[in-house]
Amino acid sequence: MTQLQDTARPESGRAPDVVRINDVSKRFVLRKDNSLKERLVTLGRNGRRHREDFWALRGVTTSIQAGHTVALIGHNGSGKSTLLKVIGGIIDPSGGSVERRGRIAALLELGAGFHPDLTGRENVYLNASIMGLSRAVTEERFDSILDFSGIGDFIDTQVKFYSSGMYVRLAFAVAVHTDPDLLLVDEVLAVGDEAFQRKCLDKIRSFQEEGRTIVLVTHSLSQVEELCDRAILLNAGEIAYDGDPREAVAKFRDILEDRRVSQIAPGSSEKAREAIVHGATAVAAGRDAEAPLELGDDLEITMDVEHFGSTDDWMVAIQIDNTLGQVVYGTTTKRLGLELGTLSGRRQVRFVLKDNRFGTGKYFVNVSLMERSGRHFADLPQACDFDAAGNILAVGSTYAEPVFTDLSQER
Amino acid sequence: MSAQDRFDSLAQQKLVTVGSAQSRSALHSIREIFQQREMLSLLVRRDLKSRYKDSALGFVWTLVRPLTQLLIYYVVIGQFLSAARAGGIPDFAIYVFTGLTAYGLLSETIGGGTSSIVGNAGLIKKIYLPREVFPLASVGSALFNFFIQLGILLVATLIAGAFPIHADVFYAIPALMVLLVFGMALGLFFAAVNVYLRDIQYLVEVMLLLLLWASPIVYSWSMVKNAVGDGLLLDIYTNNPITLAVLGFQKAFWTAGSGVAEYPVDLLPRLGIAFVVGLVLLAIAQRVFSKLQGNFAQAL
Ligand SMILES: Nc1ncnc2c1ncn2[C@@H]1O[C@H](COP(=O)(O)OP(=O)(O)OP(=O)(O)O)[C@@H](O)[C@H]1O
Ligand SMILES: [Mg+2]
Repeated sequence: MTQLQDTARPESGRAPDVVRINDVSKRFVLRKDNSLKERLVTLGRNGRRHREDFWALRGVTTSIQAGHTVALIGHNGSGKSTLLKVIGGIIDPSGGSVERRGRIAALLELGAGFHPDLTGRENVYLNASIMGLSRAVTEERFDSILDFSGIGDFIDTQVKFYSSGMYVRLAFAVAVHTDPDLLLVDEVLAVGDEAFQRKCLDKIRSFQEEGRTIVLVTHSLSQVEELCDRAILLNAGEIAYDGDPREAVAKFRDILEDRRVSQIAPGSSEKAREAIVHGATAVAAGRDAEAPLELGDDLEITMDVEHFGSTDDWMVAIQIDNTLGQVVYGTTTKRLGLELGTLSGRRQVRFVLKDNRFGTGKYFVNVSLMERSGRHFADLPQACDFDAAGNILAVGSTYAEPVFTDLSQER
Repeated sequence: MSAQDRFDSLAQQKLVTVGSAQSRSALHSIREIFQQREMLSLLVRRDLKSRYKDSALGFVWTLVRPLTQLLIYYVVIGQFLSAARAGGIPDFAIYVFTGLTAYGLLSETIGGGTSSIVGNAGLIKKIYLPREVFPLASVGSALFNFFIQLGILLVATLIAGAFPIHADVFYAIPALMVLLVFGMALGLFFAAVNVYLRDIQYLVEVMLLLLLWASPIVYSWSMVKNAVGDGLLLDIYTNNPITLAVLGFQKAFWTAGSGVAEYPVDLLPRLGIAFVVGLVLLAIAQRVFSKLQGNFAQAL
C-alpha cells in the first residue's frame, strides 16, 4: 500500500486510490421487440436484425485518488452517467473491472430512489439504511438531515407531492449525512434553487477539506473550473482528456463546436463551414504585444474573419471571460447599431475598448461571426487572451478606485 | 476526522471489485442479505404500508378481504349450493378458508416476487444493494398477511367449536416450509425473468389461477380420488407440492375432518421430499437470479 509522506497537503498525489477503473467497456443491446410473441417470431437468425449493439463506454482506464474532486464532462450521451453507474456498482461493465474501497453514497439523475407513496421521513430512514446507516444512527442525524434539506414540515408529506427541487434537497441531505468516503453526484444540483446550490457547494468544499472524494457529473462548466481539481472529458464513450479542469473545458468546447458545425450541414465538415474566424489578438494600444494591460488603456481586439460565400447580413461579437469562465464583458456590432455591408472573402476587423477598467487577472476573448438574427456562422472560443496588470488596491474582475473615509471621525 | 486520518483508514481497506462480474455464490448472497436485514425489515414494512397508504381504513382492509371470502364460502357455497352435504365436507367454510390461507401465502409470494424487481425499478436504478432483498421483502409481507389470515381462521374454528387442539396441528409446520421454499424459488426466478420479458407477470397470474383449482381447496381430495381412481394420475395430482401443503394445513386446522376425511398415505414423508425438491429449486433459482441481476438496472 502506498505510504503517505506529505501530511500537509491532501492533494499530494500519494493518497490511496479510492477507485480503479481497468479497461471498462459497456455495451448496450438495443432491442426493438419486447414481448414474448415478437421474440418468438424473430427467434433465430432473423432476430439479429432486431438487435443493435451500442458501446456506451470503450476501454476506459483511470484511477481516482482519495481527496480529489473529479468532474466528468462530455456532451449528452457521451457516457458520463453510465460510467458513474458502473463505479457505483449499479450496472455491471461488459468488459474490464472496477475496484473500489470505502463507503459510497450516490446521487444519480434526480433523486436517490425514494418511494413515492412514503413520506419524506420514512424515505429518509429507508434510504439511510440502504446506504448502510443503522436506525439508531439515522435517528441521531435526523434533525441535521432535516435542517440541511430545509424542507421543513413537508417531511411528513408523501414524496410524490414534492417538487423536483425538494426531492433533490432531501436526497442530497441524506447522502451527505451517511459519512461517505466517495460521493457520486450526477447533475442533481442543477434543479436546486440558488440558495440550495450554494449550500451544496459549501458542503462539497467542506467535504474536500475532510479528504472525501467526489465525482461530479455536470454541464455547468464554470462549476468544473471552480470546484474540481481534475476533470475527465468523455467523448463517445472514450476518455478524450484527463487532467487540468481548465484544459478539459477548453477541449470540451472544441468538441461541442465541431459537433455544432457538423450538424449545421450534415456531410463533410469542411464543406459545411460557411465562414471561419481565423484568429484574433488583444493588445493594449500603444504598448508591446506582450505587455499587460494597464488601467485606462484602450484595448484593441483585432479579428481575422472570412466568409466562403457572400453575405449582407452579418455581425461580429466578442465576449470576454475571466479564468472561472464567467462572462465579464460582451458586445456586438449590432449593439453598436452598425450595418456592415457585404462580407465576402477574408477581412480584418477591430473593436477598441476605450479606457478599460478590468481588474487584475487573466482574461480570455471569444469571437463569433453571426447573422444579425443570432445564428452563428463561426466561433472561435478563447481566440486570444490578455493580462490586466496587477493592482494591489482591489481584487475582482472590474476595477474602481477605492477611497476610504471614517465618517464618525470627520465631524 | 481529518483528511489524513481518512486516507490512512482508506489505505488499510482492501480494494474490492464492484458489481457481480464474478458470479456470486449463494453463500455470499446470503451474507450480504444478512448484513442488510435492517433494511429488509424496512422494505417489508414499506410494502405493507404503501399498499393501503391512501385509504381511510388502512390496515382494516387486510382483514376485510379474507373475512368476506370466509362469509361467501360459508353462505353461498356452503349453504345455498349445499356443497357441504353433497361432498361430505363438514364445516365447509373452515375447510375452504384453510386451503385459501395456504394458497394465499404461495400466490402472494410468487405474485409479489414476480413484480418486485420491476416495481422497485426506482431504487434499483439508483442504488446498489443486493437485489434479492426485493423478492424476499415480498415473502415477508406475504407472511404477514398469512399470519393475519391464520389468526382469523383460528378465531373461526373457536366460534365453530372446533379449535385445533390435537397432535396433527404440527402438520402445519412442514406444510408452511414447503410453501415458503417453493414460493421463494419461483418468486426469485420469475422476478429475474420478468425484467427481460414482461409477459411473465401475466403468465404467472394465469398459472396461479390454475394452481388454485389444481389443489383440493374448494373440493376434497377424495373427490379426485373417486374421479381418477387410485393410479398414477392420482399420484401426480397428490404430489403437487401445493396439494401436499394444502392437505397438511387441512389436517392441522380443519378438525371437523379428523377421522372423516380421507388423506393420502405418507403425507409427512411426501412433504419432506417436496421440501428437499424445493430447496434444490431454490438453489437453481438463486443461480439464475444472480446471473441475470447484473443487467437489471439497464433493462428496467
Ligand atoms: N439502459 C440503457 N439501455 C440502452 N442504452 C442506454 C442505456 N443507458 C444509457 N444508454 C445509452 O448510452 C449512452 C450514454 O448514456 P449516458 O446516460 O451515460 O449519457 P450521459 O453522458 O450521462 O448524457 P447526459 O449528459 O445526457 O446525461 C446513450 O447513448 C444512451 O442512449
Ligand atoms: Mg447523464
